[in-house]
Amino acid sequence: MTAHPTSPRFRENAHEALGDAQLQRALGNVRQGFIDKRAAVAAKLPEFEALRDSARDIKNHALEHLDLYLERYERKVTEAGGQVHWARTAEEARAAILGICRSVGAKTVTKGKSMISEEIALNAGLEAAGITPVETDLGEYIIQLRGEMPSHIIAPAVHLNATQVESDFRRVHTHLDPARDLSQPVQLLTEARRVLRERFLTADVGITGANFLIAETGTSVIVTNEGNGDLTQTLPKVHIVIASIEKIVPTLEDAAQLLRVLARSATGQEMSVYTTYSTGPRRPGDVDGPERYHVVILDNGRSSMLGTAFQEMLRCIRCGACMNHCPVYHAVGGHAYGWVYPGPMGAVLTPTLLGVDKAGHLPNASTFCGRCESVCPVRIPLPKLMRHWREREFERHLTPATVRSGLAFWGFFATRPRLYGLATRAAMATLGWLGRRKGRFGWLPLAGGWTQYRDFPAPEGGTFQAQWAKQRREQGR
Amino acid sequence: MSARDDILGTIRRSLGVTGREATRTTVVDERLAKAAPGLVPQRGALAGEALLELFRTQAEATLATVDVVADAAAVPAAVATYLRGLNLPARLRMGDDPRLDAMPWAETALEVAHGRSDGDDLVAVAHAFGGVAETGTLVLVSGPDNPTTLNFLPDYAVAVVRESDLAGAYETVWERLRTAYGKGVMPRTVNWVTGPSRSGDIEQTILLGAHGPRSVHIVVVRG
Repeated sequence: MTAHPTSPRFRENAHEALGDAQLQRALGNVRQGFIDKRAAVAAKLPEFEALRDSARDIKNHALEHLDLYLERYERKVTEAGGQVHWARTAEEARAAILGICRSVGAKTVTKGKSMISEEIALNAGLEAAGITPVETDLGEYIIQLRGEMPSHIIAPAVHLNATQVESDFRRVHTHLDPARDLSQPVQLLTEARRVLRERFLTADVGITGANFLIAETGTSVIVTNEGNGDLTQTLPKVHIVIASIEKIVPTLEDAAQLLRVLARSATGQEMSVYTTYSTGPRRPGDVDGPERYHVVILDNGRSSMLGTAFQEMLRCIRCGACMNHCPVYHAVGGHAYGWVYPGPMGAVLTPTLLGVDKAGHLPNASTFCGRCESVCPVRIPLPKLMRHWREREFERHLTPATVRSGLAFWGFFATRPRLYGLATRAAMATLGWLGRRKGRFGWLPLAGGWTQYRDFPAPEGGTFQAQWAKQRREQGR
Repeated sequence: MSARDDILGTIRRSLGVTGREATRTTVVDERLAKAAPGLVPQRGALAGEALLELFRTQAEATLATVDVVADAAAVPAAVATYLRGLNLPARLRMGDDPRLDAMPWAETALEVAHGRSDGDDLVAVAHAFGGVAETGTLVLVSGPDNPTTLNFLPDYAVAVVRESDLAGAYETVWERLRTAYGKGVMPRTVNWVTGPSRSGDIEQTILLGAHGPRSVHIVVVRG
């Protein structure tokens, strides 16, 4: 079991999202904020583009030698007094975490932000076992109160407005004065800080994700701006790290390379506020820090992506730049994608994790404008990978009949260039003649999906191919 | 088959390897042994006053504040002045760092407590292992000298760093850390801190003081 996906009903989700005024207002913040900040900070570092190459190469190298680096990483964690648990599936990962929690009689667990935790539906698993999970990243805390999934991998509550957060806080924080003023975002932040501080100090176990696992030293790395991940892992007796296999990098130096592109691509910061390297439990003489340190390493289908076209997707460092720059994400937000990973990276990753039969709509929800690939810090060819999914969907006959027959019709002409040229010239000439008076069509047969919302312009002059041929002839002269 | 063997087995099948190829093992072990720096930005390739200036500019850009004092003996007075300027009580907590212990705290009116924080401290002072000028980042290591709780629980974090421990790039600090702790060995926790705690989770508006310190004040000691 993983978090329940609504990806199969992407069309309905997207339709609802477009009509949701609150959501549309909140999505304005994505369009305005992230893009400009990233562009500005990238422009300030002359080596930024070369660092993206370096980041890509490091991840490629790590993936090509993943088995060996995982073994060396495990050895180092053990040497430092930590323990590594391997999980093939979400179930195994949840069982490993539950086992650790039960062994210390845990009642409350604080959590740093982790997408893997969402992927394995850890909170539901903990609650079913009578353990209370408390999300501590402000955005994750808000969506936990609402019983929602994150709508963005680094800004989980980006789909909400402050007034919605205010009403959630009033609904849940009933021990506080009902007459208190929460009209300013800073008051909401202060209240969350106060409520969660108590939770940090009393939790039995702290669970964090990991941005990187370093093979050289057996170190897990988390990156946050709030400091919640650090309080999560420093205060309780037990620290559990949950991370997927592809988080491995060879050395501290490699981690530094990747960190130079991570925050810049994600939030447009030169560096996030807190980058924390954790290696094993409390040392002799230490007066704070966890007494036990566990790492749960999750596969969940990733090992089978190696050696395929989708191996490139395993370079992803979860910065969110692809969704920040995606016109489809801007229009419908993250929840429409129906599972844990939204946007272009989700459109590629979700079908591998859930199956193309359930998530086939996602790689189709793309204009192929290429902005995602142009900003990806590890240069994942996201449009190409989405195209792979479309091909597989077609091969497996999952594409709707109308699309298939349309493609077959087009394919018949496209593989016969002379006929194609003849047919398009004839069709465009006819359309041009029919629309010569108004210059546009309010309705066209077989094009209702277009003309329902906008007019179709009447073609003028020759077809593109005819114009191209003419231009070539003239240049050749 | 154990989950471990199963996962490693699938990885190897997918990559078309056995895991015993000498060439692959050599490549991996050499890479780990060398830990070669990758592409290091030119920005930090500075020394002396220029390096300090870059560190200050970058730290201030993250909304940290920076003070530079002539020597270690001047730190307590500088911290006292800083707290007075913010109208904060003259009370703070620090670990057992010998460099901090050697400073003349008794010559100020500051009341100094020692040890980890349990969340009741307004101000803490830590001695940083180093600082990185390229992004104005502090590097702090855990231990009884500088307990990690002091970096996160108090509202006001003060960090002392020696000018001689400032580096242009992260890689320089990693090298120093290897010299101090041994190759392949890390302190339990290494904290890179770049400015005060913040969150943009409500309508993408950046607000300071999410869970960690609302304020980070850096005292650079000359020499």
